Amino acid sequence: MGTTGASMAFAAAAALLVLAAGDLSAEDGLAISRELRAGLASSRVGDRDAAIETLAGDPSPEAGALLEALLAGNLYVDRATSELYLRGGDGVCCSAAGTGAVRGAGAGELRTVGTTSRQRQVLGGILNARALTHPDVSVRRESSRALVMAEGIDPEFVRGLFADEGDEAVRANLERMLAAAALRDPASSGEDVLAALGVFRERLTPEVQGLIRERAESGDPETAGAAKAALGRMEAAIQHVSLFETVFFGLSLGSVLALIAIGLAVTFGVMGVINMAHGEMVMLGAYTVWAFQELLPGRPGLALVLAVPGSFAVAAAAGGIIERGVIRFLYNRPLETLLATFGVSLILQQAVRTFVSSNNRPVVTPPFMAGQWHWTENFSVTWGRFYIILFCLAVFLMILYVMRRTRLGLEVRAVTQNRDVARAMGIDAGRVDLMCFMLGSGVAGMAGAALSQLANVGPNLGQGYIVDSFMVVVFGGVGNLWGTLAGGLIIGMANKFLEPVNGAILAKIIIMCGVILFIQRHPRGLFPQKGRAAES
Amino acid sequence: MTGVFDRPTRIFFIAVALFTAAVAAGSLRPEGSALSLGTLTVSVLGKYMCLATLAVSLDLVWGFMGVLSLGHGAFFALGGYAFGMYLMRHIGSRGVYTSQLPDFMVFIGWDRLPWYWLGTDVFAYAVFLGAAAPALLALAFGWTAFRSRVSGVYFSIISQAMTYALMLAFFLNALGFGGNNGFTDFKEILGFELAARSTSAALFIASAVLLLAFYAACRAVAVSRLGLAVRAVRDNEARARFAGYRVDRVKLSVFVLSAAAAGLAGALYVPQAGIINPNSFAPLFSIEMVVCVALGGRGRLYGAVVGAFLVNWLKTALTGLMPDAWLFVFGLLFVVVTVFLPEGVAGLAERASGLLAGRGKGGGRGAAAEA
Repeated sequence: MGTTGASMAFAAAAALLVLAAGDLSAEDGLAISRELRAGLASSRVGDRDAAIETLAGDPSPEAGALLEALLAGNLYVDRATSELYLRGGDGVCCSAAGTGAVRGAGAGELRTVGTTSRQRQVLGGILNARALTHPDVSVRRESSRALVMAEGIDPEFVRGLFADEGDEAVRANLERMLAAAALRDPASSGEDVLAALGVFRERLTPEVQGLIRERAESGDPETAGAAKAALGRMEAAIQHVSLFETVFFGLSLGSVLALIAIGLAVTFGVMGVINMAHGEMVMLGAYTVWAFQELLPGRPGLALVLAVPGSFAVAAAAGGIIERGVIRFLYNRPLETLLATFGVSLILQQAVRTFVSSNNRPVVTPPFMAGQWHWTENFSVTWGRFYIILFCLAVFLMILYVMRRTRLGLEVRAVTQNRDVARAMGIDAGRVDLMCFMLGSGVAGMAGAALSQLANVGPNLGQGYIVDSFMVVVFGGVGNLWGTLAGGLIIGMANKFLEPVNGAILAKIIIMCGVILFIQRHPRGLFPQKGRAAES
Repeated sequence: MTGVFDRPTRIFFIAVALFTAAVAAGSLRPEGSALSLGTLTVSVLGKYMCLATLAVSLDLVWGFMGVLSLGHGAFFALGGYAFGMYLMRHIGSRGVYTSQLPDFMVFIGWDRLPWYWLGTDVFAYAVFLGAAAPALLALAFGWTAFRSRVSGVYFSIISQAMTYALMLAFFLNALGFGGNNGFTDFKEILGFELAARSTSAALFIASAVLLLAFYAACRAVAVSRLGLAVRAVRDNEARARFAGYRVDRVKLSVFVLSAAAAGLAGALYVPQAGIINPNSFAPLFSIEMVVCVALGGRGRLYGAVVGAFLVNWLKTALTGLMPDAWLFVFGLLFVVVTVFLPEGVAGLAERASGLLAGRGKGGGRGAAAEA
């Protein structure tokens, strides 16, 4: 049986690790001795077996690399000199003798070092054992996590590791490894199985589920009942988690949409200006993050934090120029504004293509954004997405405050409701328009800063969101900030709930049609504006 | 009220007829001789004719009725796909897989044509479908939109969403329209080789005839009772409604007529372009057409034709010379036209001729669509 062969090799490798460390004096100053290389290059299976066994006892990283290359089929032999070559990720083959010689792969002079299926099993076992006994605790954590469900691991060997292991996380993984082995082994006692079920109480991978299902169907009266109960518990929990996951991703997408749409709600909803260049304000914000990171090399986190107000300033300035240069001439002609700002958006896109680059710019995700929060086995959340949800809420509250509680907000509302009367009361309507447009554009810029962490930063960044964000504003009710937030979250959520059922594209089409139909029934959106501003 | 063929219409008809005759003559002269036009030039001019028809159909709803559709490209593309099915069927077994089925269907493993491809090998039915499919879409879309009084920018935005949704849908392989690649590699139309010079000349003439026929139809609508109602709706929708007109029906009939014409233009465009793919549904294409109308001067019909020729000629010339500059020029065109030339080139010309004739500001019909 193949698995026993592998587990024997596993145990043998572990034993050798202890005995043979440092025993290999490399006679020609190289990490891997010439005999070994000759053994691997040999066409006889037995020679290669012996070489693999020797390599298994060598703890050096070079030996590990050689074994990995052998398993992956990346080890080559020169037909003429029988020298070994290792192929790297870039397709270039380097000499395994450490001479620095380099060869191109694919030329007829090299042949792959073949492996038998038994050898591959042995190699897999050796590499697993090497990873589990690695001196670096983070490597052990990672490998033990990855190997929880691996078949063909000798329980005795794992038990030994478990006794010696000091790290809690690794111990927990090893414990689950043992439990999985107990579930898998038909000969394990009912007591062991029950204990194993206890270990897996809240660990919800589909593989575990499969194992327990087999147990439940095995017909062993002692354990089948407990396994069935565990299975039921698990299924409920998995449904729970996947629901939670969908909700979270829906919130994440929805908050991005809402963030973009809030700026649009200010310019479109409050001022009645259709700004098709809004997406390009988002793009400018994202490029600001890139520019800050270029200016502050090695400090991506600081650059990102500084870029948030920076992107507001850049986009607000661009918005101010657009308002003074174009939109000012077009108030009360909404359809023309739409065309003119579309022209502006084309110019801005092409400007970025011409003066920066038409390719995507690399934006670094700083460590505090990149980290993951593992809640359970199946559910992990990147902190970045979590922060962006919070960021969206913060921006929303800020805009709400500006509109409801500040002088500017009061003036904006006055001008929206009745421009002429507001002017008669001494409000400078032209200035209010400018400020309002700058505010909307600046918020779009901040949305871009957030988006730079989720999407590719390229000239088309904004374009992809403009139709969606218009949908959000119209769906939520023009001129209503709460409606925009609700609209963004609902559309984002609906998208994520439909995606697993229908696929991403169809989900988008369904939502688009849904919003179109919704507008037919409720032309003023989810939360229609009331009062005089609702006219026209 | 001067009847269907008022003065600008007569001038327009004569100009288009002369131009068509000149191009047709040029395309029939032996290659290499003076004034002879190659197939490429003729089909480019034919494509301009089709785009001009699309621009006129857009002007009918925007300039004439005050409804800005940002999704008119969808009707054009739908007509193109409908006729593209005919062209695909007549590749026959000359495709890569030498199957009677279109190559992309063989590629995704279908063994028979889906039901909506039935009958598309009949020329008359394909042409009918080229007009009927977009008209049906316009009927469904317009009926829901106009009945619930969606107007102004809301209509513009949902029409853009419509074409965007259709674009996404046509990207799907499972829809049976070739996915990303769409239709291409056409061989023949009505038994004539598409690559032949006479075929391209005939297609060009057909495009010109379509343009003139639709133009005359638009004029006929404009001088009819329906045309009066349409203008009433444009200038004051509420008043027209209170005067007892069924505003939604007025709008819907013009919208459907416009969509059918746009579809036919698309159907003629495809054999001359040699390809149709989902990018024809892209919102940008529809907006390009809006700019054509705005540049030419909306509400005049012939302005749309002038605009379509100007913009597309500029596009062909600039993308060939310096591809980077095209979007700058195009973007600036949007801004300059809307801010400084709200009446378009035609409005400028009218004003100039009015000044020459000493009449001051001439009576243009357009620009009353401020809703």
